[in-house]
Amino acid sequence: MISVAGARVLFNKGTALETVALQHVDLTVDSGQFITVIGSNGAGKSTLLNALAGEVRLDAGTILIADVDPTRATPRGRAGLVARVFQDPRVGTCEDLTIEENLALAARRGRRRGLERALSRHARALFRERLAALGLGLDSRLHDRMGLLSGGQRQAIGLLMATLAPMRLLLLDEHTAALDPKTGAFVLDLTRRLVAEQKLTAIMVTHSMRDALACGDRTVMLDGGRVVYDVSGAARSRLDVPDLLRLFGEARGGQVVDEDRLLLG
Amino acid sequence: MNLFSLLGAIEVGFLFGIAALGVYLSFRVLNFPDITVDGSFTLGGAVAATLIVAGVDPVTATVAAALAGAAAGVVTAALAVYLRILHLFAGILTMIALYSINLRIMGAPNLSLLGRITLFSFTDHLPWPSYQVMPVLFLILAVLFKLLVDRLLVSNLGLALRATGANPRMVAAQGGDTRYLTLFGMAVSNGLVGLAGALWTQDQGNADVTMGVGLVVVGLAAVILGEGLTGGRGIARGTLGCLLGSLVYRLVVAMALDSDVLGLKSQDLNLVTAVLVVVAMVVAERRGRLTLFRSGAR
Repeated sequence: MISVAGARVLFNKGTALETVALQHVDLTVDSGQFITVIGSNGAGKSTLLNALAGEVRLDAGTILIADVDPTRATPRGRAGLVARVFQDPRVGTCEDLTIEENLALAARRGRRRGLERALSRHARALFRERLAALGLGLDSRLHDRMGLLSGGQRQAIGLLMATLAPMRLLLLDEHTAALDPKTGAFVLDLTRRLVAEQKLTAIMVTHSMRDALACGDRTVMLDGGRVVYDVSGAARSRLDVPDLLRLFGEARGGQVVDEDRLLLG
Repeated sequence: MNLFSLLGAIEVGFLFGIAALGVYLSFRVLNFPDITVDGSFTLGGAVAATLIVAGVDPVTATVAAALAGAAAGVVTAALAVYLRILHLFAGILTMIALYSINLRIMGAPNLSLLGRITLFSFTDHLPWPSYQVMPVLFLILAVLFKLLVDRLLVSNLGLALRATGANPRMVAAQGGDTRYLTLFGMAVSNGLVGLAGALWTQDQGNADVTMGVGLVVVGLAAVILGEGLTGGRGIARGTLGCLLGSLVYRLVVAMALDSDVLGLKSQDLNLVTAVLVVVAMVVAERRGRLTLFRSGAR
């Protein structure tokens, strides 16, 4: 179980430019739950994800992941608990390493790295099998440099890398936003498949309301650094995109929703 | 060029190939432009010579020299990583500090190993002349260290090292400590350079406080020439390039200094080196393959 309690994050603290990124966020995620997070720009989606990953430190509150308190931990210290897929596939994968080397690097996430060979025959066979399951023909390209692949291919591998080593929480940071619609849909399908197969606990930030409802089993809406709407179960399955948009307007106190800022996707 | 100077160039080429492996690790693998090597090469020579003169056996002296070089690398990396001093400047600081330290270690600007037992004393008892034995010996040593570096870079630690240079944020997300990795990589890099300094000192029979001047340029020349020769991509090719590049560099320099047409003398060595590096870098740039400092995720 993951619990975020009273999380508060300020940017440029103590300066004239001080802004509240997270006002006060309480969120409890049960094991195996797949949450989608929506909200307009500046709502605090990315800050919440970065706080969970350890890249942003909380100014108040706690984050508990599987009963370990990593509130103060760095991304490195949290790597054994949290896996992450970045928005930009170039951040999540290393272009100078080959596909199999990227996978080998990820397979040891959060564990000690010594002088033993990174790639055994056993590891290669495993990687080939996992790559074959993607259906992209990458299983015959283990020795290719990551830099040779397209953004979509790299993001699919990024997803695979995130799910190679055991974790308590998978963070997906608008990981289809940088891809063209067709590739994005493929990566999203792959995400659903991997989360379901491995029974992962996942939090996905998205700009697309359609994706937010189509994936996972619970949707959380952030606005102004707070959770303004949280829906799951039967209530959620009745929702469609216009409903969500209306709810979003209500949550903001009847303000007209600026549709440009919320990609309907 | 006669056989004697050809074999001499091969001998020196492979010896400096070991130092080039160190330069490759910092500049290429870690993406850390490290100038410390000028100082750590001399440090290796100074430590080895001082210990040998003091009666320490040459193997221990050489190992100590490599460790001293590694320590210098750690200092530079710590300046850059923990104190956030610009990489280039961190290296320059360590390098000038080492100038004083090297003088302290040797107690004089130079130290002769005349009549001392060195790593290479055994070649006197072989049936072949030393100028024929040494190139072979350094070929074997250079290849040995190339293979060791290759092996390091395909280990789990090595993958993290390579990714640290290319994409540190990814390494952190995968649980790697980029600071520690940088320190470790710089230790290995400067350790190799210190080792090369110790071998050079024992080969030449003396250590001199200026022996490392320009080593970073010589090392880079080897790395860049090597990338041009081998195609650059991949670890095994990259390290092979270091050795071949160093060899070609020495042969070109020997030919340039040897040719009567050009009228160059041995004091023109550094000028020839600088021109050669500029040419190699421009050619590499034009071919769109390699630049000195990679841009990208940093």
